[in-house]
Amino acid sequence: MSTEVLAAAQAGVPAPASGARQVWWRLRARRAAAVAGAGLGLLLLLALAAPLLSVLIGQDPNAYHDDLIDSARGGVPTGSYGGISGEHWLGVEPGTGRDLFIRLVYGARVSLLVAIGATVLQVLIGVSIGIAAGLGNRLLDGLLGHLSDVFIALPTLAFAIALTAVVPGDFPRPLLLILVIALLGWGGTARIVRAQTLSLKKLDFVAAARLGGSGPFRVARRELLPSLAAPVITYVAILLPTNIVAEAGLSFLGVGIRPPTASWGQMLSSATTWFRADPAYVLLPAGLLFLTVLAFTVLGDALRTALDPREASRLGVGRERTRRTRRTRTSRKGDPA
Amino acid sequence: MTSYVLRRAAGAVLVLFVLSVVVYAVFYAVPGDPAKLACGPRCNPAQIAQVRDQLQLDDPLYTRYWHFLQGLFAGHDYSTGTGVLHCNAPCFGLSYQNDQQVTELISQRLPVTASLGFGAMVLWLVLGIGTGLLSALRRGGTTERVLTWFTLAGTATPVFIIGLLLLMVFCAQLQWLPFPSYVPLTESPEQWAWNMLLPWIALALIEAAKYARLTRSSVLETLADDHIRTFRAYGVSERAIVGRHALRGALPPVIALSALDLGSIFGSAMLTETLFGLPGLGQLMVHAVRDIDLPVVVGVVLVTGAAVVIANIIADLLYAATDRRVTLT
Repeated sequence: MSTEVLAAAQAGVPAPASGARQVWWRLRARRAAAVAGAGLGLLLLLALAAPLLSVLIGQDPNAYHDDLIDSARGGVPTGSYGGISGEHWLGVEPGTGRDLFIRLVYGARVSLLVAIGATVLQVLIGVSIGIAAGLGNRLLDGLLGHLSDVFIALPTLAFAIALTAVVPGDFPRPLLLILVIALLGWGGTARIVRAQTLSLKKLDFVAAARLGGSGPFRVARRELLPSLAAPVITYVAILLPTNIVAEAGLSFLGVGIRPPTASWGQMLSSATTWFRADPAYVLLPAGLLFLTVLAFTVLGDALRTALDPREASRLGVGRERTRRTRRTRTSRKGDPA
Repeated sequence: MTSYVLRRAAGAVLVLFVLSVVVYAVFYAVPGDPAKLACGPRCNPAQIAQVRDQLQLDDPLYTRYWHFLQGLFAGHDYSTGTGVLHCNAPCFGLSYQNDQQVTELISQRLPVTASLGFGAMVLWLVLGIGTGLLSALRRGGTTERVLTWFTLAGTATPVFIIGLLLLMVFCAQLQWLPFPSYVPLTESPEQWAWNMLLPWIALALIEAAKYARLTRSSVLETLADDHIRTFRAYGVSERAIVGRHALRGALPPVIALSALDLGSIFGSAMLTETLFGLPGLGQLMVHAVRDIDLPVVVGVVLVTGAAVVIANIIADLLYAATDRRVTLT
């Protein structure tokens, strides 16, 4: 996780947006971002409507269909491409014959729930600790700063799977994953928010508010939070796909979501034994996971540019590529050693 | 310089100390009886009591932590009923599963993860720096667009997806490569490399994307520098400017980041190792977690944490060594 943090820190922090409407326009003007956003919207809709969908198309995510798999060939679905039919739009799962489409949709539900939940919690913790460190005295700042450094240096994945092991088995798994991912991953947000708070603190309007008698909480809420929105949103765009991959990875390792609940990571894990006999079973969850993470990444990148048009995308996907060299020359002066 | 290293080393020791306290407290204060876990499922209460006594589980947590620290620095003696088992200096305790020394288990697995990390690093540096340079050179063209999307796809793909696809294509369909199984380097270097090739590629493809982005932006930044303009004015060829001078300015962050990544691989190789069935630290960790083998879990987390902390220091030193403008204070 430390490398993403590094990259984000290098990206610099965009200036506050000049209005949500403008950001929205700029975002819509980028075709890739519009496509990614529409795709994610559709996925979110499907995920939210999963139980309704299940009733509508008459498929239960946990219903076994022994008649659709060929037990003589070890449980490979009958029919081509993993048993696609009018009833089972994307085929069925090898070994059990459960409907793949509805399981993928339920998987999206888990994936998005955990990723969004963990991101929200991470941001809440990170912003609170970052502001506290930035506004607090030297002792508090040093203490919280070291604390976030420790959490950034932590081998996150190792810690996460270790934590999932020691929690009692009947604890709800999605909640456990949200807590584990969030509690281990708030360090980056805290570091960025602290740096922003320190530089904002020196500005006149914050100083004026403090001289006017506003306490630290009022200053944080009225003066700091609005200015922190842009950098935090930018960072959220990095956190979301990272958290999706984290959930899928933990479930892939068998320490995340437990069967029979469907999750993409767990489908991929069981697909490792099927990829010779039934390639479709690998490609569907793999493709969906890939596209979701890609869409979040593209959208996040566009968001960064939209929030601060001066910062041409570091990726250079947009049209402002040619202005790049000139811009970097001026920003060079403040290059941190 | 020396004082800087000493200060950083002291800081690292402090961080590791805090880490060890946290890890120990979290994993030994959890619900569930470690004695029952250590003894196994077929133990009667008397045997469990004996194990409790042997592991000194009735002592308060801080006493046990003190013994744990003593074991780390001075070794520890375990009574096995018939004799005494001595566990040498960096002693993380005995595995609950088979009473093997955790230190031994870790040192057996370390070469596998190291092979994976170093091999993959060579590949990702070559791939990443190459791609990054190319897209910096061809900026504005179709090549850059393709490379940009390629690197974007690379950053968006989890390693277990790339790995699965590689296995599907190269092992199952084309049958060009064997299903990876670890062969020690000392046994047969050829077989070692041949078997590690797919894991290397899988890991390197993911990491290379990040390095391509970093190299590209770093090269572009250097190209805008004044000394490059002077080179141009003197008529140095574009190829020499980019290949020799811009690359030189662009490398320090790349080198520093690869040291960081190599360090963190020791803690994040679980996915790669599980997918390819490599018996490294990551696999050890996953199995230990599955069996709730606490001494192994604590040992692996501490060793991987140490790798990250040391890599951080090395990265900063490398940065200073490769970029003269940076001074360590």
